[in-house]
Amino acid sequence: MARTKSKRRTQIEQLLLAPLNWLEERSGLVGAVKYFLFRKVPHDTNWFHTLGSATLTAFIVQLVTGVILAMYYKPSPNEAYASIQMITNDLTLGWLVRGMHRWGASVFIILLFLHMGRVFLFGAYKYPRELNWLIGVLLLVLAMLEGFTGYLLPWDQTAYWATVVGINLNATAPFLGPFLADFLRGGQDIGTETLARFYSMHMLLIPGGLIALITLHLYLVIRLGVTSPPWSKDGAGVEREEVVVGRRGLVEPRPRGDGAGVEVRGRPEA
Amino acid sequence: MADELERPEETSETHGHDDPGAHLPPPTIWPFAFAGAVALILVGLIVSMWAAVVGVILAVVFGFLWIRDVSRDVRAAPEPEPVVAPEPSPLTVEEGEPAEPERFPRSKFLEGATLGLGAVIGGIVTVPALGFAVAPAFVGQEEPDVDLGAMDNYPENEWRIATFTSDPEKGDVTRRTAFIRYNGLKNEVPSYTIIFNRCVHLGCPTQPQGPPGEPEEVKTSAAPVTLTPTQPSGFGCPCHGGAYDIEGNRTAGPPVRALDRFEYSVINGSLWLGELYSVAEVEGEGADAVAVRYRHTDPGVHVDGAEAWLYPITP
Repeated sequence: MARTKSKRRTQIEQLLLAPLNWLEERSGLVGAVKYFLFRKVPHDTNWFHTLGSATLTAFIVQLVTGVILAMYYKPSPNEAYASIQMITNDLTLGWLVRGMHRWGASVFIILLFLHMGRVFLFGAYKYPRELNWLIGVLLLVLAMLEGFTGYLLPWDQTAYWATVVGINLNATAPFLGPFLADFLRGGQDIGTETLARFYSMHMLLIPGGLIALITLHLYLVIRLGVTSPPWSKDGAGVEREEVVVGRRGLVEPRPRGDGAGVEVRGRPEA
Repeated sequence: MADELERPEETSETHGHDDPGAHLPPPTIWPFAFAGAVALILVGLIVSMWAAVVGVILAVVFGFLWIRDVSRDVRAAPEPEPVVAPEPSPLTVEEGEPAEPERFPRSKFLEGATLGLGAVIGGIVTVPALGFAVAPAFVGQEEPDVDLGAMDNYPENEWRIATFTSDPEKGDVTRRTAFIRYNGLKNEVPSYTIIFNRCVHLGCPTQPQGPPGEPEEVKTSAAPVTLTPTQPSGFGCPCHGGAYDIEGNRTAGPPVRALDRFEYSVINGSLWLGELYSVAEVEGEGADAVAVRYRHTDPGVHVDGAEAWLYPITP
């Protein structure tokens, strides 16, 4: 019946698409987003491949809830504890946002480790993705630092003494340890400056680093593509023809260059 | 194949292996031996220092063998041909060739000037900002002396748990606790043992091993001090089980030295708390106690012995 679009439908479509076309013509952003969302991935990706974006989602939840919490939290030694009590008990839905931030922190770390385990077990850290593994390790370190700095903010006895112990752990590192501890505390003991210092690191410095590294991480994911699972016939490190056995009985890697001096058998032209 | 490199979004993993540019190190067995040596070091640190030393030697040897194996290709690679004929730079003019007039590479200069000026401006902005972030933690950290009240509040050979604010202006965050015992007169000078309650493992508050009495508040020239009588057999830390004797020497658990102590002075019949200092070990008891005084340092940091070499300078 309606093989061709009705005139009215075309008009509506154009109306809806006009802003997008306007944006695309001037920035190419629509194309970039399409390129990001609809890029090619191996045919046998599975649910384990969603752990990375799950981690990203957890991080975004932390960002959003953290920004909201920052509207009510007071990072001064005399007010911090009371402001947390106020957020939890008095503010409408404050308990929910604080709970999301608090439990979301654990979810974020757990997902990070699961994602790391997936990458390790799938061999997805191998050439050419080593750099992305290294960036991931830095992300893990920064995420742990987020946990460490965030733990002090409720400013109760648990927070205080856990941070005392945590900072003193850093102080025992050889050579620079004592300096690192003094830098973290803003002095020789946890004092008036420490809380604001940790707050600034927790909400500005480390998240900035995380966002920058996540951007780099995603850029490399898009540039290098996604790995197949190890059981796939296209999996990382899976030889697709006869393997070359070296003199030590170990599997030699593929010959490089022109393979001079190495007999290459049945090497297909991909 | 070259096309594959140009379009990396379509290269699958195995294609990557086929790439002529892919650098894979040759196979080697030494990482396993190296890992074994590292394990030996870690076990040796707990069980026997000699095993750890052997582990270090093995780790160095195996590490060297590993690097030798892995870098074989790189070392065997032929030296790149030295560039015989570098492109004639615009600055050099061949003799007897008047054709090309001398040309100053202005674009190069502007490039360098822009980058250089950018770096200078960045440095001018960054250095003070970084200094502001770091320096206050290390400068002007001296804490004022604290008045702990009249000497009469400290009977001879009895312990008092003193809780005070070391800087009343800053409030509760500077609340500290010390264990104080008056040892009587020595050479006609009053002697006190004043031990800081922070565990020298990782800084938790140690507790006196004995029942506390009734706390009483004592007036001083500044903020009031709370004194709680007690008769401890030693001090213990609830966090990780560090235990100390009555002079603060470690008797069990993870602490690396004896409990820190305070200097003190007596001014107009009042006990004043001075600077905090660290000790490795205290010999003797009470007024006769002798110890080497070290600059106060963080818990967990060794002040004597070979391990102190790990902390050559402390803030």
